[in-house]
Amino acid sequence: MNRLILVILFLLLAACSKQSNILIIQNKGSDTLVNLAQAWAEEYKNINPNVALAVSGGGSGTGIAALINGTVDIANSSRAIKAEEREQAKKNTGKDVNEFIVGMDALAVFIHPSNPLSGLTLEETACIYGEGGHCTHWNQVRNTIVPGCKDNRIIRVSRQSNSGTYQYFREAILGKKRDLKLGSMDLSGSRESIDLVEKTPCAIGYSGMGYLNPRVKALCIQKSGDAPCIAPTVETAIDKSYPISRELYMYTSGDPSNEVKAYLDWTQSDRAHEITIKAGYVPAKKR
Amino acid sequence: MEMKVTQAPSVPMEWRRRKAKKHLSEKVIESMIKIGGFSSIIFIIAILFFILKEAFPFLIGAFDFKEFFSSTEWNPASVVKIKYGTLAILVGTIMVTALSMLIAVPLGIACAFFISEFCSPKLRETYKILIEFLAAIPSVVWGFIAIMMINPMIIELFNVPIGLNILNASLILALMSLPLIVSVGEDALRAVPESYREAAEAMGATKWEVATRVLLPAAKNGLMAAALLGVGRALGETMAVLMATGHAIQIPESVFEPGRTLTATIAAELGESPKGGEHYQALFAIGLMLFIISFIVNFSADYLIRGRRK
Repeated sequence: MNRLILVILFLLLAACSKQSNILIIQNKGSDTLVNLAQAWAEEYKNINPNVALAVSGGGSGTGIAALINGTVDIANSSRAIKAEEREQAKKNTGKDVNEFIVGMDALAVFIHPSNPLSGLTLEETACIYGEGGHCTHWNQVRNTIVPGCKDNRIIRVSRQSNSGTYQYFREAILGKKRDLKLGSMDLSGSRESIDLVEKTPCAIGYSGMGYLNPRVKALCIQKSGDAPCIAPTVETAIDKSYPISRELYMYTSGDPSNEVKAYLDWTQSDRAHEITIKAGYVPAKKR
Repeated sequence: MEMKVTQAPSVPMEWRRRKAKKHLSEKVIESMIKIGGFSSIIFIIAILFFILKEAFPFLIGAFDFKEFFSSTEWNPASVVKIKYGTLAILVGTIMVTALSMLIAVPLGIACAFFISEFCSPKLRETYKILIEFLAAIPSVVWGFIAIMMINPMIIELFNVPIGLNILNASLILALMSLPLIVSVGEDALRAVPESYREAAEAMGATKWEVATRVLLPAAKNGLMAAALLGVGRALGETMAVLMATGHAIQIPESVFEPGRTLTATIAAELGESPKGGEHYQALFAIGLMLFIISFIVNFSADYLIRGRRK
């Protein structure tokens, strides 16, 4: 009996020591990036079996907060880090924050498929979402009548305020000096936004292009009334003709360790770019 | 039978010997149990202390009593003017909790009556397992059900623009707190002495009369406690209400409007602000508010249970 216990203990120890050879890189943040980061991590297991990436979401703010608190190796963000966050990180960890642009994303604005609308100008979007905007019913936007939507009311689906998508959307639509209107449905994930809009005829929502599915209708966006209406696609995001496209970032605290650096470099390889496109994102331009 | 009688005198002596031998181990066990008992009190005090400590800089700093309790604008990420008004969130919390209890309490207590008084023992066992299964469903799954199933159903049934609203969250919460209400309510009914039922039945009362005229008054306090524990459960739920209420900052004008709750606000935003920031502290102030509310609810539940025992 005792011998059996010893054997089991030995096996457990062996299992543990085998585990500890694998380096775990903590990778956390943006909900927009989480799908892509996971796809990359999955593939990277085959490239370098000694490194495992622990990917989790929570929002860009969550990732950057974790970077400031020093609890992650790589923070994912769908918005650029703010100057004061950089300072805080420097104060807390004593290291400078390093920025890596790992991809691009077009922010799609989408509606229920039964909504006949096909495009919006930035101004109309601001009228719907912005503080002080008076567009509360669909008939105020290009006289749209939405079948199945009671009172033609616009149901704004938005994101929680630590989301990089939220902050980028606010800046792209309203500039740096205007808030989004309160009273929107502030969901905590892109997937949930899509799910809700899919089931709600009155709704309008936004998320990274990678989350789009055929059960919602993505709108084309016009910079102004006389500009062409551009649909969110990989091409229009790369050539920047789509008005709301943005960079996706990964941040490290100080210079990345060799393993982290190797991974970040790999994300810009051709194989990683293939994965990027397959996941619905846009590869970063080679620098 | 006879053998036991002849052996009887030797038993106490055996016990005494054993007691002397195990004196030390018994003491150790006793003190361990004592530590276990006290630790829960220590945890509660530690939690309160932790919340107070984190919220304190906000309470003496940026805290504006009038804004905190009377403004409907909770906008910590504003680029124009940051505001910490909890009125809309507080109203949302109260509406969701009250409506869910309006649904769950009558249903739960009726269910407790059925299980304890009306159904056959065999059905009772399967029934109890099924009810308790409700408690095993993770709250994220409830939230998903709220978005994908109840939302379109409410839109169609009531012809309203949005189905993620107070009603949706209340339905979900009612289902989530039902198992607790049923099992505590059933315990309260079982605690009524059998002689009450027998006496009533002997006097010719029907089953229905026994239930409504004898058991209901006798188990009143226990049933009230079940309801209040349900309130505590509904008040504290986070993930499901975050998804089902729509999480919108506004005072809901009807049960068909989206709203927001205190718990969901903390859950959605706490990861956001770096530790020690103003927003972080404000969220802990909300936590303190929740702590006080649930303390009052639990305290009244406890008071009612003790009232029953007197």
